[in-house]
Amino acid sequence: MAAAKKSVTQEKGQETKGSRTPLEFTKDQELKALRDMLLIRRFEEKAGQLYGMGAIGGFCHLYIGQEAIVVGMQMVLKPGDEVITGYRDHGHMLATGMEARGVMAELTGRRGGYSRGKGGSMHMFSKEKHFYGGHGIVGAQVSLGTGLAFANRYRGNDNVAIVYFGDGAANQGQVYESFNMAELWKLPAVYVIENNRYAMGTSVSRSSAQQDFSKRGVSFNIPGEQVDGMDVRAVKAAGEKAVKWCREGNGPYILEMQTYRYRGHSMSDPAKYRTREEVDKVRHDSDPIEQVRNRLLAAKVGEQDLKAIDAEVREIVNEAADFAQHDPEPDVSELYTDIYR
Amino acid sequence: MPIQVLMPALSPTMEKGNLAKWLKKEGETIKSGDVIAEIETDKATMEVEATDEGTLGKILIPEGTADVAVNTPIATILADGESAADLGNAPAPAKQEAKQETKAEAAPAEAKSTPAPEKPAQAAPEAPKATAAADPDIPEGTEMVTMTIRDALRDAMAEEMRRDEDVFVMGEEVAEYQGAYKVTQGLLQEFGARRVIDTPITEHGFAGVGVGAAMAGLKPIVEFMTFNFAMQAIDQIINSAAKTLYMSGGQMGCSIVFRGPNGAAARVAAQHSQDYSAWYSQIPGLKVIAPYSAADYKGLLKAAIRDPNPVIFLENEILYGHTGEVPKLADYVVPIGKAKIARVGQHVTLIAWSNGMSYALKAAEELAKEGIEAEVIDLRTLRPMDTETIVASVQKTGRAVVVEEGWQQSGVGAEVAARLMEHAFDYLDAPVARVSGKDVPMPYAANLEKLALPSVAEVVEAAKAVCYR
Repeated sequence: MAAAKKSVTQEKGQETKGSRTPLEFTKDQELKALRDMLLIRRFEEKAGQLYGMGAIGGFCHLYIGQEAIVVGMQMVLKPGDEVITGYRDHGHMLATGMEARGVMAELTGRRGGYSRGKGGSMHMFSKEKHFYGGHGIVGAQVSLGTGLAFANRYRGNDNVAIVYFGDGAANQGQVYESFNMAELWKLPAVYVIENNRYAMGTSVSRSSAQQDFSKRGVSFNIPGEQVDGMDVRAVKAAGEKAVKWCREGNGPYILEMQTYRYRGHSMSDPAKYRTREEVDKVRHDSDPIEQVRNRLLAAKVGEQDLKAIDAEVREIVNEAADFAQHDPEPDVSELYTDIYR
Repeated sequence: MPIQVLMPALSPTMEKGNLAKWLKKEGETIKSGDVIAEIETDKATMEVEATDEGTLGKILIPEGTADVAVNTPIATILADGESAADLGNAPAPAKQEAKQETKAEAAPAEAKSTPAPEKPAQAAPEAPKATAAADPDIPEGTEMVTMTIRDALRDAMAEEMRRDEDVFVMGEEVAEYQGAYKVTQGLLQEFGARRVIDTPITEHGFAGVGVGAAMAGLKPIVEFMTFNFAMQAIDQIINSAAKTLYMSGGQMGCSIVFRGPNGAAARVAAQHSQDYSAWYSQIPGLKVIAPYSAADYKGLLKAAIRDPNPVIFLENEILYGHTGEVPKLADYVVPIGKAKIARVGQHVTLIAWSNGMSYALKAAEELAKEGIEAEVIDLRTLRPMDTETIVASVQKTGRAVVVEEGWQQSGVGAEVAARLMEHAFDYLDAPVARVSGKDVPMPYAANLEKLALPSVAEVVEAAKAVCYR
């Protein structure tokens, strides 16, 4: 394998530090990564379509382009490890194994949704899959996720909390309050900063004095590294190291995943802050799914096998979309349920 | 089967837009993600990306067309192996059926105009009524121990920590310093640093850590040195703690107590002297407790720690050193949500909570000297509010005065007055009176501070006024 090339998602003049030559995947790992990333991509495309048809309301933040991060990270987790993220959360939920139909039905506000239609796109949870949301307030999940890590430490188990947030959230004050406590108390939290280069419409260079997010924990002595977040193998390799660090009781770890979102911040984003050429270049040069597909084709995996994965994924997504549009809205009696236990 | 591309909605409010430009021609190959057209709304120009793959079969709406309704087919895409000949019999896409159905469900008003009567506009169901159990029986002969409110709180925490390993205390100076107000005195010695945790001065962060730990099933007691500093944390309290159970469809709740002194202390000026009763009591999903007596401080804090919901426990610094009798029982738990009649009377009802009770009880004594027997109700819990007890008292007395240290506008007193108007209008012989903190930030100067707070004299005066004396 050739040395890791510089991530094309980086801005000019910004060198990757600490990114390593990704470990080769086995054929099965490649196939699984392809399938899981495709599921997210097709799901999100369908969600975008349903939004366009008016079946999904409010805000809808799509994860297209960033799939390698959650899929690569999930490959290194064990049952019991917690996952928490912000509002761009559909990919994280699918990666943890939550069912596409339950997520889609929540997007359409139906009773079969994960939150019985009361949470919507940004607020879904699954105790069973240890997915702790889905949070709409930028940065709030960082303190909450630190609390999940705190609970692991309190109980003396070896679970690790994976706390996802974006380059935008990385400028919130409570992130640093959390970093401080996490290192002070040696909490098992991997902070995964998904740097997709834009906080809504504001580019990293216009919002961040320190644009190397892996260094954001330096004042707290938290180790961090930059990772090519478009390469699922690099994500997994970095994730493995970070999770091991946490599991062994060394405290938190920061991973800056350099990635890119193809779609707007939300569905109503005209995306005038970047050029079409920039988007196309990332899509063309470093799409996380195409990378895997090309490697599989080069390794002589048949088109037919890849088509079968495509078909399986489309089937799941179509079934989810169908369910999400035909499942009834919540019963009106649900208005007053779940306020108190 | 050819796929129809529909005019997309780019925002929840968009109904139509202009088809500004086609970027692909008929017969061109299309991949998922390709920009095929540009559309304009009054707000923005946006690109339409293909979500299906194939060949652009036919453009149905030419560029330059204005006011194209959302969901109008604008083009067809041919899948592999299909030709333009297939276009003639393109069936109505499934998408469109779905769209129509969604529309009907989303707009009950429209459904009304159709003959089908099975979908009338739905009325909101009735809000559930809060019910609360009575206070526990104190068997005759039970020893009553005189203790400070500070110690009553400490004992409540210690008892619950002995009982449940998942309960822990965190906050600034709660451990080694033994509590900024000595409320957590001795807890570190008994339970150790794992369960009695000094935090950095970082309210927003540690409130969030507490809520996260609670989501994971622990039962944190988060101490704020005062509730004034909890303003830094109020997002986590309201947006994360209070709303998550609802937003998760009942899956993920949060058993957590936020406690600390609230309201005016003495001579600490505006930033350290604010009553947050009204702020928190407005939030569905929170329970809000503000006791007055030592026994209630103990029994209600124990109930709060056991409660599976987020509880705001508002203490009062002035009261910490006050003493009261606390029953010596193995497990004295006072139910949340029940007001207490602290003094029985028949001429006027004085309603208060927390330190407001100090003014109310003293005023009742003064009034008794003048032949007015005041009934004093200690609300104890602000949410859920015990409307029944207040209404029953006013049905008897016909007059009510609410006493609070907080401001009047949108205050708890305003809420009590509104409930009395709604539920006891026919019994009121006078408008409900409010005695409250003055509508100013708390001044520092001793004389001004005194004026800014309610006084016994003001309560007496208000009570007489509603009695027309």
